[in-house]
Amino acid sequence: MSRKKLSRREFVAATALSSAALITAPYVRGAYAAGKLSMGFWDHWVPGANSASTELVNEWAAKEKVEVQIDYITSQGNKNIVTIAAEAQAKSGHDIFQMPTWWPQANAELLEPVNDIMDPLVKLNGEVNGTVKYLGQADGKWLGVPASVGSQIKGPCSRIDLMKKYAGIDVQEMYPAGSPPKADNWTLDTFLKAAEACHKAGFPFGIGLGETSDNVDTAGAIFQSYGAHLVDAKGNLTVKTDAVRQALEFYKKLLAFLPPDVAAWDDASNNKWLVAGKGAMIMNPPSAWAVAKRDAPQVAEQCWTHGFPAGPKGRFAPYLPFFWSIWSFSKNKEAAKSLLTFLSQPASIEKMVIASGGYDLPAYEKLTTLKVWEEQGPPKGTLYHYPNPYKHQTLSIAASPAPPKVAQQIYFQATLTKMCLRYYQGEAMEKTLAWAEGECEGFMRS
Amino acid sequence: MVDVAFQPNRAAAAQSGRRRVGLRNALRRKSMSAFLMTLPLILLIAVLVIYPAFYSLHLATLNKAMTKFVGFGNFEFLFKRDTFWLVVKQSCIFAISAVVFKALIGFIVAHFVHNVPANKQRKWRGMLLVPWVIPPAMSTLAWLWLFDPSYSAFNYTLSFFGIGPIPWTGDAMWARFSVILVNVWYGAPFFMIMYLAALKSVPEQLYEAAAIDGANWWQRIWYVTLPMMRNIIAITTLFSLIVTFANFDIVRILTAGGPLDHTHIFATWAFRVGIEGSDIPLGASVSLFMVPILAVAAIFILRDITKRGNES
Repeated sequence: MSRKKLSRREFVAATALSSAALITAPYVRGAYAAGKLSMGFWDHWVPGANSASTELVNEWAAKEKVEVQIDYITSQGNKNIVTIAAEAQAKSGHDIFQMPTWWPQANAELLEPVNDIMDPLVKLNGEVNGTVKYLGQADGKWLGVPASVGSQIKGPCSRIDLMKKYAGIDVQEMYPAGSPPKADNWTLDTFLKAAEACHKAGFPFGIGLGETSDNVDTAGAIFQSYGAHLVDAKGNLTVKTDAVRQALEFYKKLLAFLPPDVAAWDDASNNKWLVAGKGAMIMNPPSAWAVAKRDAPQVAEQCWTHGFPAGPKGRFAPYLPFFWSIWSFSKNKEAAKSLLTFLSQPASIEKMVIASGGYDLPAYEKLTTLKVWEEQGPPKGTLYHYPNPYKHQTLSIAASPAPPKVAQQIYFQATLTKMCLRYYQGEAMEKTLAWAEGECEGFMRS
Repeated sequence: MVDVAFQPNRAAAAQSGRRRVGLRNALRRKSMSAFLMTLPLILLIAVLVIYPAFYSLHLATLNKAMTKFVGFGNFEFLFKRDTFWLVVKQSCIFAISAVVFKALIGFIVAHFVHNVPANKQRKWRGMLLVPWVIPPAMSTLAWLWLFDPSYSAFNYTLSFFGIGPIPWTGDAMWARFSVILVNVWYGAPFFMIMYLAALKSVPEQLYEAAAIDGANWWQRIWYVTLPMMRNIIAITTLFSLIVTFANFDIVRILTAGGPLDHTHIFATWAFRVGIEGSDIPLGASVSLFMVPILAVAAIFILRDITKRGNES
């Protein structure tokens, strides 16, 4: 077989021609010219809610020519926080991670500041609430963009019929759909009387005293209503105060009217309590109502989500935001920021909230009056007051205003519910306070 | 007179030939081939067990922010915490009582199965192994529903006899009982199958000799069965003790350590502190605290086995 030898002249000519052709040819942008971006999103429990996020990401990716990969990571069994810990240790993984409540602060040193996109977003969508700032900012640095997906208020979800019949409270009148709340009398005293009446009638409030999030969140809001904090914003111990004593006394009274097994309740127990028609009220986002709509429509028709009762120091409701954070080891930070800006546009947020059936809550004040909450039912308007449209309650998180890394320990060690349970079970008040103080001292290690 | 001419390279050739023969012989040795065959597994263990073990040792020596070496600082901190000592106490109660009951039940059931006619034994062995072959995370979920605070199937049944409701997971003592019960349910079949294998290897002549000597049922167990099973009992106990001390799923699913931390064991508390509380060095220290306890148990049990091996 003959083989033609390439002469030096021919080689130079061919190279020159190819170079000229490449230079003069029109610029063709490849399908994924702007690189790759991977994201670990929270796996929503509302069926179909993930698809809205997927559609939005794909829309953005097609426009920006970025190859995207979305992993929906469940919070069942804490898989999402285990993944966060693994990625933080390996300093490798997704570019964007949707982090729950405390995790941006816990990983603050490993996150890309997003002030450059947050400032315009706040201008566009309105101010964010104090809890979002508390959890999302460290030393003036935004650690993530508040995600509407998964963010929730765990306020009361009451049974209209049972509350009216046994406690004499018309929750629809107190929180009318489409107009401001008339809840001046909705205080912790009224709440306690209603708890007693419903307990006597055989429909106790389903409020847990276990160690999981729902239990801790309710305790947190009630403690804050008394101005009771275990550690203040500067990191000082404030356990042995009258406010904490008052909160414990309140819980002791309340516990007598709750189901006897609440010490063992987890985050599913209160949902089951409502759906089974066993209680007149639980503290939960609308997921329990959504399940009731599917499995027990006669219960769902009687559910009304509304504001928290007010205490001596104000009206506080548990609020748990998610954040979309960018790891500092991400290789495509600019694309990540572009995507987060796109996902935080009012139209994108509305699309995601609708897909979640009103479960998701935007953090921005201009976006708490979307139509979806007005329209959800039955009964129509049941979720109208869920996003706190009149800002008549302070959205807070248990264990705040302690420095977030201390508060996270108080939260996950369930110090508040443990205190309530110890005191209720007969431990002396001062002994309970001394125990809690010892615990909090331990949480302050750096 | 020599009949072979001198060959200067002959010595070197002979040496390389010897080396080839040596290699061939080495490969022919069973121990060598066994080693080569297990090498991939050894490498896998090195990567998946030894590296993480040393990494967790490294983590345990860092401060909370993981920026500074603190030596034994985390352990010093833990020793001052009441909750830590509660966890140590509970881990010991959990592991020791669960292993004792697993061994006892396994021993009794193994005898029952051993006495079942040979043609029916397979069926019984299969049925009795079911709890052990179901992934514990799944079976514990079923137990969780049986113990459910508000809708317990057990309480429902007991209510027909006027008993209860029992706070299976809501009261400290009952919650401890529940997690131990599930662990025993899950682990007893392992003991049963090990003891059954040991029982089958006891020579029948020993029982015949004991019978001729007039030994009763109890004496046959005490003087024949138990001494013949000692090594298996010791090894099974050690293995189970290690696994039970390191248990995570049963407690995590059933009680998550509650109520009031009264069912936390090392692994669940390490997860609470390290992953949920974002204090990974402290979590690593909690989980490493198991190592000396288990090492001491292992030394005693293995020493006993070696001693008996030398005696025999």
